[in-house]
Amino acid sequence: MPQLLFFFYFGGMAIFSSILTVGLRSPIYCTIALLSTFLHVAGLFILLHAEFIAAIQIIIYAGAVLVLYLFVLMLLNLKTSETFVHKQVWVALFFGIVILGEILLALFRSPLFEEMKTVPSPLPSVGNTEAIGLSLFNQYILQFEMVGIILLGGIIGALVLAKQPRPNPTEKTNGSLPAPPSTEPVEQEASVEVGSIRQND
Amino acid sequence: MVPISYYVIVSTVMFVVGLVGVLVRRNFLIILYGIELMLNAANLNLVAFSHHFQAVDGQVLTLFTITIAAGEAAVGLAIIIVLFRKKATTNVDEINSLRW
Repeated sequence: MPQLLFFFYFGGMAIFSSILTVGLRSPIYCTIALLSTFLHVAGLFILLHAEFIAAIQIIIYAGAVLVLYLFVLMLLNLKTSETFVHKQVWVALFFGIVILGEILLALFRSPLFEEMKTVPSPLPSVGNTEAIGLSLFNQYILQFEMVGIILLGGIIGALVLAKQPRPNPTEKTNGSLPAPPSTEPVEQEASVEVGSIRQND
Repeated sequence: MVPISYYVIVSTVMFVVGLVGVLVRRNFLIILYGIELMLNAANLNLVAFSHHFQAVDGQVLTLFTITIAAGEAAVGLAIIIVLFRKKATTNVDEINSLRW
């Protein structure tokens, strides 16, 4: 049964690389393991006939978000510290196993579980992307707009937070994040825009 | 066809791995990775049940989750950059200015 085989490959690799994500020492290797996790979860989405979500997962998560993380990793130039976990690692592992057991127990006891064992019915005739688009722009249009506003808030918040502070001679400046002079006018323009938006608020 | 319960078990394990990562690691960036893992496990659950019930709502919710995760990543990374400017570390044990 090839589908079961693919499921075990994608699921097993997703779990394995998620364990690597939290277990590896170097942040770069953790990022690569997270990329592998996202790709294998996208494979699981394809097995679930959610092709649009799989494409979005690869484009946005693996393409945009992880590149953002890698950029920040390269900007920060982190040292791999010798002690990379807390002292209370065994307590955290114990409670993690307890939570896993609780969720699995609740899952196996739930009346939905017997129903979940049955094989789902075949797909509807309408395409996946078309069905999502119809539902997104009819039933969920208010939520769609709200998510847009949240993204706008995220953009403004990230700009305001990460804006380079004005050079102050009394303050000790950190040389690890130098701003190249070519991007200076762009940053000024962005800060002016943010300031005007906040004034309008 | 694969039963939906297998997907739910995989997403449970992924969620717990992300949770343990958030609890265990000291690097701020890896804590954000743990949050991403938990969000991804929730996405897998949503898509699995969307397939199970033959309703597309779960996939629409997954789109919203991905959007929120992207916004969270941007703001979290901005906070990391500001913290690194002030303290030159991303170790969460050393960020204790708000402790009384």
